[in-house]
Amino acid sequence: MRDAAPTSPVARAVVLRKNPFAGFLGVLRDIIRRPSGAVGVALVTTHVVLALISPMIAPFDYRAINSFSMLTGPGPEHWLGTDHLGRDTLSRTLLGGREALLVTGIATPLAVLWGGFVGIFFGLVGGRLDEVLMRLVDAFLSLPWILKMLVLIVTFGTGLGVLIPTLAFFYGIPVIRIARAATHDVVARDFVQAARARGHGRMTIIVRELLPNVRDALLVEGAMRWSWMLLAFSSLSFLGFGVSPPTPDWGLMIADARGFMSFAPWGVLAPVIALSSLIIGINLTADALAKALGIDRAQKAPV
Amino acid sequence: MEKPLMSSASLSAALIDIRDLSIGFTGRNGQTLPVLRNINLQVRAGESLGLVGESGSGKSTLALAAMGYLKRGLRVLGGHVQFDGTELFGLPRQKLEKIRGGRLALIPQNSGQSLTPSLRIGAQLAEALRLHSNLPAAAHPARIQALLTHVRLPDPQTIVLRYPHELSGGQQQRVAIAMALAGEPEALLLDEPTTGLDVTTQAHILELLRDLARETGMAMVYVSHDLGAIARVCDRVVVMYAGEIAMVGSTRQVLRDPGHPYARGLLASIPKLADARLPVALDGRPPAPGGAGEGCAFVPRCVIAQEICQTNRPMLEETPNGDLVRCHRPSLARTLPIRAESDAAPRGEIGDADALVLDRMAISYARPGLFDGLLRKRAGGALPATVDDITLTLRQGETLGLVGESGSGKSTILKSIAGLLAPVGGAIQFGDGAALPGLVDGRTPDQLRKIQLIFQNPDESLNPRQTVAEILAQPLGLYFGLKGQALLERSAELLERVRLGAHYLDRLPNQLSGGEKQRVAIARAFAAQPDLVLCDEVTSALDVSVQAAVLDLLDALRRDQGTTYIFVSHDLAVVRALSDRVAVLYQGRLCEVGPAAAVYGAPSHPYTEVLLGAVLEPDPDTAPTLSADDVIELAPPAQGCAFQRRCPRKLGGVCDTDTPPWRVDRATGHAIRCHIDRSAL
Repeated sequence: MRDAAPTSPVARAVVLRKNPFAGFLGVLRDIIRRPSGAVGVALVTTHVVLALISPMIAPFDYRAINSFSMLTGPGPEHWLGTDHLGRDTLSRTLLGGREALLVTGIATPLAVLWGGFVGIFFGLVGGRLDEVLMRLVDAFLSLPWILKMLVLIVTFGTGLGVLIPTLAFFYGIPVIRIARAATHDVVARDFVQAARARGHGRMTIIVRELLPNVRDALLVEGAMRWSWMLLAFSSLSFLGFGVSPPTPDWGLMIADARGFMSFAPWGVLAPVIALSSLIIGINLTADALAKALGIDRAQKAPV
Repeated sequence: MEKPLMSSASLSAALIDIRDLSIGFTGRNGQTLPVLRNINLQVRAGESLGLVGESGSGKSTLALAAMGYLKRGLRVLGGHVQFDGTELFGLPRQKLEKIRGGRLALIPQNSGQSLTPSLRIGAQLAEALRLHSNLPAAAHPARIQALLTHVRLPDPQTIVLRYPHELSGGQQQRVAIAMALAGEPEALLLDEPTTGLDVTTQAHILELLRDLARETGMAMVYVSHDLGAIARVCDRVVVMYAGEIAMVGSTRQVLRDPGHPYARGLLASIPKLADARLPVALDGRPPAPGGAGEGCAFVPRCVIAQEICQTNRPMLEETPNGDLVRCHRPSLARTLPIRAESDAAPRGEIGDADALVLDRMAISYARPGLFDGLLRKRAGGALPATVDDITLTLRQGETLGLVGESGSGKSTILKSIAGLLAPVGGAIQFGDGAALPGLVDGRTPDQLRKIQLIFQNPDESLNPRQTVAEILAQPLGLYFGLKGQALLERSAELLERVRLGAHYLDRLPNQLSGGEKQRVAIARAFAAQPDLVLCDEVTSALDVSVQAAVLDLLDALRRDQGTTYIFVSHDLAVVRALSDRVAVLYQGRLCEVGPAAAVYGAPSHPYTEVLLGAVLEPDPDTAPTLSADDVIELAPPAQGCAFQRRCPRKLGGVCDTDTPPWRVDRATGHAIRCHIDRSAL
């Protein structure tokens, strides 16, 4: 064996060279390189940026009621027309995604975290407990989501303090299935057996061996859940269980404007296009993310 | 640019004619990287040609190119492939499909995967006949029976009704051969057709192929890394290296006295059944595509490399011995040894203390456990235990080889010793005589540290998301609490010990070659400073040359540290090279235990005899003895001798009803479990 002393600086240099963001940037580059990914990322980024700066760029106060210009069509003053109370549709559309993005932006990571953890844990432990849990999940998923959500909201009331935990709870349940399935594939592999044979604890095995291999599937699942959650949030608003007026919100705007759709379609079209473009953007990004991470194609690179 | 390799003795035209063929792909930076370089090769009708080389040498690419097929991403850079005068590349798809599968058939490596799982065997064969033969549909059933009989499948009437998963690996391979024969091909391409099969099955399949070639006059191109299989089937051998033909010669020339240093190194790295010494490792690895320099591609690994070899690429030239060799100094190359020359390396001290005692250990999969998704055996209440009555004693520093066919319970025993699978009966005693708890949860940290397991496939046993540093940090952190600089230094030291450098620390497993990965796995096991290392087929996923290096490493480590090994393998020659004592398992029951020399010599258990007889030696003059059929049994018999159903020397009723006695030679401790007396075995 060679002298150990000169190896240590080499070893230090080697490990310090590692860039923790290199992997992330690589994946991002891979996403943007795909046409669907580029469009998706552009749409999502635009929406997030607009949500952040909309209070500064909105041309009118979203609350400003003007009884002299109700339901006017698009024109030089109100680019996207006004609603039945004479409020500016453009301003309300620009601001209408803020609540939705805030709620789903917090609830999605929460859903992935708790669903992912429970799924990985039961995927690792297996056995009867796992069977019982999965049947519970099945039973839960068989009920229509809107019913489950309305029960909770009717019980606890609306508001962000209820909406965020409710959405996070319900949308974490399908994540359990995904995480458990991905974990099952990994648990069967020898490196997990090796960790068990060494005597590592369950938490160490979850964090070091399972999580890095399940992470990609969870990321993609999270992106998909985000778009579903946006739809759910907007549906709740539409039904009057989401944000309360006069706060602008796409779902609420659609609900308000649908009665005048035959002669003032801009009131519905503007929020519909805004909501659809965000959801399409998220879906395209999720799709490109899955491809970039190699989840839906052969793991092995060609040659 | 080089003259075609047509032996002057032959006057018949070539059936497959490959001229100046180069195949490559576009690398990450846009440059063209060659996988095959200027291949000239002719296969005559009725000839069987072997293609050998390490993984990545281009042998499979060449075989597939001979069918006009390229894997995704590859393209032809130049040259021609002709089949019976028809150029294959550029041929319209319909015409190509007429030739492929009909006149030119392929038998792939894993035929279990190439059969349609949801179709009965009969239906699949009928489809092959419909596509590739001119027989009227009414004649198909009779032809199917004939084909199945031809490939020596027992009871063809029942086989046609079976689904692929109901057949054993050997039977599936036979069905694949029957399908390939359906179109009465003129040439058959075989891509590692017996890799992954048991020794006995492999020997049977090879005998079948050999006879088929003789009877039908088909040409065969046989791709394999296994020179033993090549020796049995081929007349002529092409040795591939780094996308080039390194040498061509008759099987006898290539296996007895090849003129290329690479071929000689390859021969020397094969463990031989009759030789208890470690094979000689062929150091280094072949260049990556496009990585070969100006000169000879083999230069970095060649022990006789000279100045001219660095600068001039040698041509394939005929030597006085009659073989064609791509080497500047073939006569000098012939002085290199093709087998281990040194005396047996001194073995480490075997102590008096017991390292591990297995006392009547029994393991059953009947109760579903945490990891039984992994296991192939089905749980069943009334079935006898998968592994039963295993009594073995290992001394400190001793290496025990455990051999047997797949399903014999070798890996199961290792898993149980490692605490991943609790035995249902018997006891394990480790070290100072304390009983070892069955599962990892019950064991002390010290017991866990002292027993380490190395797996067969490093692709599976190394977490693909962890760098080498993170992989080594697991045992070092867990057992010794090492952190920071101390951890790095220790990791670097371990890598040095497995002959890798500290610069490997930040690599991910997919950036390493197979041999390097297995070295990392070995380093991880030795990081724990174990007393007992369990090696589960640790070399079977590696190339022969790499296998020799890994065996050498394992040998050096045990000599340095006095480690006790249990070495599981299906390869009897590999076990011979490393083991002090050998135990033979059949269906989870011990048949024979004793010093390696005694087990490999006479007398032996009928099963050991069958196994030893089926081993293929890289020697054209030896033939395997096939004394028992290759049927894989699903469950061990409820009573009597485990080997009763396949035994060629079965006595009669007593074998079915009574557990055979151990017949022990007191002088050596060599024990055989059989109703036949030692003197008659």
